[in-house]
Amino acid sequence: MDDQFNVRYTAQLARLDLTDAEIEKFQSQLGQVLSHVEQLRKVDVSAVAATAHANAVTNVFRADESRPFFSQETVLSNAPRSANGLIVVPKVIE
Amino acid sequence: MSLTSLSIAELQAQFRSGAASPVEAIDALEARIAALDGRIHGYLSRDFATARALAEKADISLPLGGVPIAIKDVINVKGEPCTAASKILLGYTSTYDATVISKLRAAGAIPFGRCNLDEFAMGSSTENSAFGRTMNPWDFSRVPGGSSGGSAAVVAADEAFAALGSDTGGSIRQPAALCGCVGLKPTYGRVSRFGLIAFASSLDQIGPFTKTVRDAGLLTNVIAGRDTMDSTSLDVPVEDATALLGQDLKGVKLGMPREYFISGIDPQVDAAVRAACKHYESLGAEIVEVSLPHTEHAVSVYYVIATAEASANLARFDGVRYGHRAQTENLLEMYARSRAEGFGPEVKRRIILGTYVLSSGYYDAYYLRAQKVRTLIRQDFTKAFEQVDAIICPTSPEPAFKAGDRSDDPMKMYLADIFTIACNLAGTCGVSLPCGFATTDGVRLPIGVQLIGQPWKEARLLQIAHAYEQSTGWHKERPAL
Repeated sequence: MDDQFNVRYTAQLARLDLTDAEIEKFQSQLGQVLSHVEQLRKVDVSAVAATAHANAVTNVFRADESRPFFSQETVLSNAPRSANGLIVVPKVIE
Repeated sequence: MSLTSLSIAELQAQFRSGAASPVEAIDALEARIAALDGRIHGYLSRDFATARALAEKADISLPLGGVPIAIKDVINVKGEPCTAASKILLGYTSTYDATVISKLRAAGAIPFGRCNLDEFAMGSSTENSAFGRTMNPWDFSRVPGGSSGGSAAVVAADEAFAALGSDTGGSIRQPAALCGCVGLKPTYGRVSRFGLIAFASSLDQIGPFTKTVRDAGLLTNVIAGRDTMDSTSLDVPVEDATALLGQDLKGVKLGMPREYFISGIDPQVDAAVRAACKHYESLGAEIVEVSLPHTEHAVSVYYVIATAEASANLARFDGVRYGHRAQTENLLEMYARSRAEGFGPEVKRRIILGTYVLSSGYYDAYYLRAQKVRTLIRQDFTKAFEQVDAIICPTSPEPAFKAGDRSDDPMKMYLADIFTIACNLAGTCGVSLPCGFATTDGVRLPIGVQLIGQPWKEARLLQIAHAYEQSTGWHKERPAL
């Protein structure tokens, strides 16, 4: 197992609050999964290209034309808080 | 015999002869669901009033005119909830139709009901739903499989004529096997993913759950095709997926991958799938052994790639634009606490794993390496398909397992997908269909056989599946409910 694996630090990267109990549990459970994944090190991939997608698709273009989509009202309909046609979030600038 | 036990094709025959109407189909579903779903819990929500209004004006001359189709609750249907079985999306209402829903509507079908699933389609048992598990209709103490367990259970229990699900690592085929129905994962790029809440974008594909192979073809015909809203849907001609049904199997070659017939498979599953191979020989097909040498790495590759993609896709659930928002005065805290309060344990686990394998210093060792091994897995299939028309193997290493048995052992749960994952990594099509029963603790549990077809050859795959189905009749067996 990868002894660098640190759930607490990774959770910060993922913007995810975890309890101490969750951290402890995930550390052990995911450590087990990473041990399993270690077997990939045995495979010789020195001459192999990576597959990012099942079908190699590049640069799919379409005409740059505007078309009707959501109204402002529709976009805001699921927002937890909105006002004056904007989504309201806690302030980020003092 | 109740209307709800009919296949799509049988229901349409009733519509055409005037023996039943689309409104009567909705009425029959309502009665069946009222009688059963309190115990099975395949549906998270259902709107009979809207469905009945659509049924009243249904045009039965259309390809799926008046046919109700249940929808996994991870596909957006305008005006309906779409929870992904997560608390983080409680209260969310879809503002648009997914492309598959627009296509269903254009074909006259009635999208009806929202099926339970593992939260964000992450799981193999539907126990990860934030709203309670779905029961296997054959034995309520067992799981229906997952992640599309609700879709599979409602079709198997005749609470739906057919359903849509999504398959990222087996989430259509494995529950179809465990519940005893037909489940097809089309070729990656065959069906638009627009409006499907993304789990792992390079693997996700929408597909049908049905009572017969023909129905799977009928539904695929409607939902397939290039969509400008999903640039990974390919502009490949949509062939009629039912075109080859009924043709004999002379000259058809099926490959048994030696890596899929291993110790550790339930002996009754092994026996049933081997018997299916024998049966195929009696139908004129040739069975040969093939090798998919990188099979042992599929689960590892999958849990690196799928979690990496999931960690990126699920970043959008931050409490800002939709979904649950934690009450706090600090923005960063709002993100982290909204996600902590909204996501369940399996989703959190996968976000952590995915974030880790993408993080600086580990990307090459995990993610890039997994993508390279994925190439080798794809090449295994390409080579096998030079010899055979399709691969035949078990869908799941065992019949439905008991609820609670492995819900807190992720590694053990992940191995439930061992035979279905490679098909997604390779991007090709696969179908599971009933091939017999196991008897466990005195209960009969369905067994599924999986056929993996060449990319874009759904019509050939369904021809092969149909020949077996029609000459065995396992698909007619229903749970006693």
